[in-house]
Amino acid sequence: MLNYIWMGMLVLGFALGIINGRIEQVTQALIDSSKAAVELCIGLLGIMCLWTGLMKIAEQSGMVEKISSLARPVMAVLFPGIPKNHPAIGSIMMNLVANMLGLGNAATPLGIKAMEELQKLNAKKDTATNEMSMFLVLNTSAIQLVPATIIAVRSAKGSKNPAEVIVTIWGASLFAAIVGILSAKFMSKIWRNGRRKSYGGN
Amino acid sequence: MEVIKLISDYALPAIVLIIILIGLLRDIKVYDVFVKGAKDGIVTIIKILPSLVGLLVAIGVFRASGALDLLVYALRPAAQLIGIPSEVLPLALLRPISGSASLALVTDILGNYGPDSFIGRTASTMMGSTETIFYTLAVYFGAVGIKNIRYTLIAALLADVASVIASVFICSLIFGR
Repeated sequence: MLNYIWMGMLVLGFALGIINGRIEQVTQALIDSSKAAVELCIGLLGIMCLWTGLMKIAEQSGMVEKISSLARPVMAVLFPGIPKNHPAIGSIMMNLVANMLGLGNAATPLGIKAMEELQKLNAKKDTATNEMSMFLVLNTSAIQLVPATIIAVRSAKGSKNPAEVIVTIWGASLFAAIVGILSAKFMSKIWRNGRRKSYGGN
Repeated sequence: MEVIKLISDYALPAIVLIIILIGLLRDIKVYDVFVKGAKDGIVTIIKILPSLVGLLVAIGVFRASGALDLLVYALRPAAQLIGIPSEVLPLALLRPISGSASLALVTDILGNYGPDSFIGRTASTMMGSTETIFYTLAVYFGAVGIKNIRYTLIAALLADVASVIASVFICSLIFGR
């Protein structure tokens, strides 16, 4: 699917760029974006190393495993394919908590760590498992307790009560998360051209 | 609210401290283990780079070409049908593909219509309740080399559409239109 989306965006972009007479901007975007990707990676490098380092300590001390076993009851429903006390659950939990607290910098490295743990359970290494899909859907629709960025922008634009949108944001996020979880669960049952579950557990 | 803010402020130092203290308690050479783990971080970042270049280039070209305007134009009637104000429609479409661009757009919307207007509150709610889906998918799947993402994008986009509709609905319910 990614192949078609990627190709579609580029072909449509170039075609419309020519039609709209914006081919110069399109060419500039091509160069700028590839540069931006490298800058983003370099920007992430330090914080990534910090968290993979800290997580290594947490792993060896048994902390990740402890969190995994504590979170098991909830996680078993959402991620039935992850075996009991597997470190993947600990990493997923820590990522979701970091997300909720708005610690974006910590959330990304922890989430990648969780993906690496899920990949260890994956029999077909180039294909997403149901657990990976569920994790990413949770991740993109997760509730943020204090949406700090938007509150700051509202305050800068002279809002009388910048934080008043917290409640509406919680509501909208919660609804999105429910829709996301249900659609991921439903599609994991009907999606045939991938693969059925092929590792142990359930 | 104050309590939640306090938790957010102290969460990061607390987590770091707890990890290190438990490590010390279990007799782990924390610094050695840290350095060993940090090395893995470099490998992961290098693994992300190719998919990130591909994604950001496609998004950059797509945005620069004016394709988004066309999409807004095409979707306007359908959006109006379910009550999404046309002023926030560009934000709804931009949000899943670019975090920085949608932040610039929401700042613009709040400036034009006022942060305490219905448009302003709805735009703020949309901004806070959705994520940059394409970026997250590219980074997380790119890091482990997944090529066939199956239904993940569809499910994530469904959740995104749900949050857009919910934003409009909840804002008109709580603040009135």
